[in-house]
Amino acid sequence: MEPLDGNSIGGLLIDVFGAEMTGAIGTCGICGDTGPLAELVVYRQAPGTVVRCRVCGGILMVFVKVRSMTCVDLTGMASLDRPRAA
Amino acid sequence: MAGTAVRGRLTWQVATVAGLTRETPSVCTIELEPPDWAGHRAGQHLDVRLTAEDGYRAERSYSIASAPGERLAITVERLDDGEVSPYLTEELQVGDELELRGPIGGYFVWGPNDGSPLMLLAGGSGVVPLRCILRERLRTGSDVPARLLYSARTLPDVIYRDELGRHHDGVEVNYTLTRSRPPGWTGHTGRINADLLADAAWPAAANPVAYVCGPTSFVETAAAALVGLGYPPERVKTERFGATGGP
Amino acid sequence: MSPISRGFHRRHAPEGEEGRLPPGQYLTEGFPVLSAGPTPHTPLANWTFSITRSGETKGSWTWQEFQALPAETVTVDIHCVTRWSKFDTGWQGVSVDTLLDRVEHDGRYVMAFCDGGYTTNLPLDDVTGGKAWVAFDYDGKALAPEHGGPARLLVPHLYFWKSAKWVRGLDLRDRDAPGFWETYGYHMYGDPWREQRYAGD
Repeated sequence: MEPLDGNSIGGLLIDVFGAEMTGAIGTCGICGDTGPLAELVVYRQAPGTVVRCRVCGGILMVFVKVRSMTCVDLTGMASLDRPRAA
Repeated sequence: MAGTAVRGRLTWQVATVAGLTRETPSVCTIELEPPDWAGHRAGQHLDVRLTAEDGYRAERSYSIASAPGERLAITVERLDDGEVSPYLTEELQVGDELELRGPIGGYFVWGPNDGSPLMLLAGGSGVVPLRCILRERLRTGSDVPARLLYSARTLPDVIYRDELGRHHDGVEVNYTLTRSRPPGWTGHTGRINADLLADAAWPAAANPVAYVCGPTSFVETAAAALVGLGYPPERVKTERFGATGGP
Repeated sequence: MSPISRGFHRRHAPEGEEGRLPPGQYLTEGFPVLSAGPTPHTPLANWTFSITRSGETKGSWTWQEFQALPAETVTVDIHCVTRWSKFDTGWQGVSVDTLLDRVEHDGRYVMAFCDGGYTTNLPLDDVTGGKAWVAFDYDGKALAPEHGGPARLLVPHLYFWKSAKWVRGLDLRDRDAPGFWETYGYHMYGDPWREQRYAGD
């Protein structure tokens, strides 16, 4: 199963951040690459959703649904800027 | 149940299936009547959720095929080893309920305020949001020049064939077939590559904005080829679908 | 309240076999591929399996040496924490007992480590006594890369995330520490019969 991109977790990102985030700009904490979340590499077929940097493959975000709660780990992101309202 | 709108949260709602149209042997367009649809932008998608009697749930995302203001519709391709798509394309009936939420997406969207020439690259069912963009362009009377290059396996696999036609309303439509060459075919064959795009894509000098949608491997190749032609990466928007069913 | 989707259902266990399914699981026909990252492709010429302890390699086998070890054929049911189960899967692999018997070892826990950086933790007791293998064949054929080939850990009595794909070794430990999914909220042990999916279950 090929990985998808950040568009595929649009709903999940709204659940977690309370706002449309596919256009938000993230910076990879490992290699410094910057770009919209929509362009990140997303692995969804897993016990959790793993979002990786397209350039270095480092893990930027992990979402795990533990019972009815979504646990979010963003330690791989150096920064995340919400998009300006369109 | 009273809907308490929590700002920024998407709430699930139960839509009624209002129409079903078979587009190709494995593709079906589903028209929906949701009780509380706030409208959408071309390119966005919605999430669908199925619940079995034993409580088992499955969720999938589908691009919205209808333009804003039209009756809400999604177009679904049946994946052979799929769990949800065979249900939606073969079991679902008019009058059934379908739980959905949306619209979702703010990156892969187009609106007529963008005056750039439009370059659309579709791989298989990736044509769905791009057809939505073209319908929105038509609906709003936009006159931006537009080109669609649509890669499909065979001619019967082409979705919306009558609607897309060849060229219409200022839109140039070109096809490339990857697994067949019908008699008398004058379109392209083979997978999208730099040569095909040099022929069928807007030159970078026209400052176009590109939308590339389809299976992951298609998007990687096609988007890289556009960048190779000189398109700035930030002018190439991509949306990757699950593999299989693509060209 | 979600409406029931008319006519939508999953495959149930055959009649009389309901007891084979742990709580909350469904039978699957296919073999879903779950991954947290790209599929590694280590050439066999570079592949090794190691038993390590405190930074020291206690034992190591190249692919050729590994293939020369006595292997077993086993048929087991497997249960994924994402709720699918598969009955009667056939594997060929080297028992972890066979590997540990050949090295001096101590410790109470192991951390399996893999190409791509994946890790998972297990008590030593749960990978010994005929409970675990390093499997290289599935269903009579070489294990495909997307399913963990050339070799994966196989520990069928626990949730399948413990059966680490692309395994390259076991690090012996005195204390239990969370591996990849355990760090993100999954259970340290993972017994499907007690439905130990998440930390705190």
